[in-house]
Amino acid sequence: MSILEAEHICKSFNRTKVLKDISFSLEKGQALSIIGSSGSGKTTLLRCLNFLETPDKGIIRVNDEILFDAEDPSTRLEASIRKKRLHFGLVFQSFNLFPQYTALRNVMLARELLASEQPDYKARKKEILEEIRVQAETLLDQMGLANRKDNYPHQLSGGQCQRVAIARALALQPDILCFDEPTSALDPELTGEVLRVIKELADENTTMVIVTHEMAFARDVADHVIFMDDGSIVEQGEPMQVFEHPREERTRQFLQRFTQG
Amino acid sequence: MGQIMEQMPIVVDALNIGFLQTLKLFFVTLIGAFPLGLVIAFGSMSRFGPLKYFSKFVVWIIRGTPLMIQLLIIYYFPGLVLHTPIWGGGESGRFLAAAFSFVLNYACYFSEIYRGGIQGVPIGQEEAGLVLGMTRRQIFFKITLLQMIKRIVPPMSNEIITLVKDTSLARIIALQEIIWAGQAFMKGSHGISGAIWPLFFTAVYYLIFNGILTLLLGRLERRLDYFR
Repeated sequence: MSILEAEHICKSFNRTKVLKDISFSLEKGQALSIIGSSGSGKTTLLRCLNFLETPDKGIIRVNDEILFDAEDPSTRLEASIRKKRLHFGLVFQSFNLFPQYTALRNVMLARELLASEQPDYKARKKEILEEIRVQAETLLDQMGLANRKDNYPHQLSGGQCQRVAIARALALQPDILCFDEPTSALDPELTGEVLRVIKELADENTTMVIVTHEMAFARDVADHVIFMDDGSIVEQGEPMQVFEHPREERTRQFLQRFTQG
Repeated sequence: MGQIMEQMPIVVDALNIGFLQTLKLFFVTLIGAFPLGLVIAFGSMSRFGPLKYFSKFVVWIIRGTPLMIQLLIIYYFPGLVLHTPIWGGGESGRFLAAAFSFVLNYACYFSEIYRGGIQGVPIGQEEAGLVLGMTRRQIFFKITLLQMIKRIVPPMSNEIITLVKDTSLARIIALQEIIWAGQAFMKGSHGISGAIWPLFFTAVYYLIFNGILTLLLGRLERRLDYFR
């Protein structure tokens, strides 16, 4: 059974069609890589999944529940969108850590705020906060940042910031974790540490959608690859097939440009 | 010189009383204009057209005309033209009118600084909050607000120091602040007349008070240095 199904997603900004009838699905525990040149609509697709953009057409389904249907206005209500977003986690290209909080607080904040809305929060406050703190520390430890938890973002390297951002997204235990070019804003020598962490998550069968320009990584980490060009899915399949034996001429040209540097 | 030393205690006593009124106007203005400025800032950023243009219109009027004229109109217009003196008589009426004018005037200036501060926080901060399931309210209070405060401390410090000196404009409606108190010695007050030095001496009060404010605001700026 597919955990995520996107059907006929279309999105335009003014007159520009950025997404043209995108359909794909993702199985639980699998990693999907989306590749394609800049401006092909990859990032917009991720932003649609996370409700940062509203598709003009199409349906988004998670665990067979319709989260969004362009035809059904009741799925667009701001109040319900907030809860729906929690099915997804998003790691941004530029981290977007909260600068005034330490690494640990960055990871804890959203869960704390959600916990404060629970009916039993007042009674069990100490217990709940302790639980959240332990979880956040475990996540930072898992990201190799145990000794950095009290640092502020500006005291961390780009790679460390991005790993905090991944821990922050994981803290809410999303069904699907999305990465929007997670290494594009990093110095080349720092990409490795971030890619390694994502690979580990893939090995633990975290369900992921990864938009990336790192071709070797996409091929290595993904169970399924989508190649997008000009707002459409040109080709999709298993990494071996897409990378080694692309069926489409456009895929071939794109991969050639990349492998030649 | 000897005469000035003789007059000094009397003058200082009178100036102190005047400066108390200056301080009162200063603090009341801040207390009123801080929140009102935020309301106007949100108004001018509103997606609701009429509110947005109304806020921008008010800011244009207030920033586009001298505070002194605003004081005169606000104080005299209700009584002299509308024949409904809403401010009441005496020093308390003058203070009320002055406080109203200053709060309105400074709120408009603050609103523009707030707006710059809010819009200066990268959109990615809000988006990160949204994808983490936060409400817009939580995003404002837990994420945006402190980053905005950090951004606006330097320009706000500037306005606050200007406000200390601007309070002297209330002299125009005869509010008995420190300039009024100093000037009184020219015409005659407390048995001293024809003395202009008390008026000049008021500058020392402004200078010392602004010195203290500069130190405090500088400390606040450094306290917010722990993040970038």
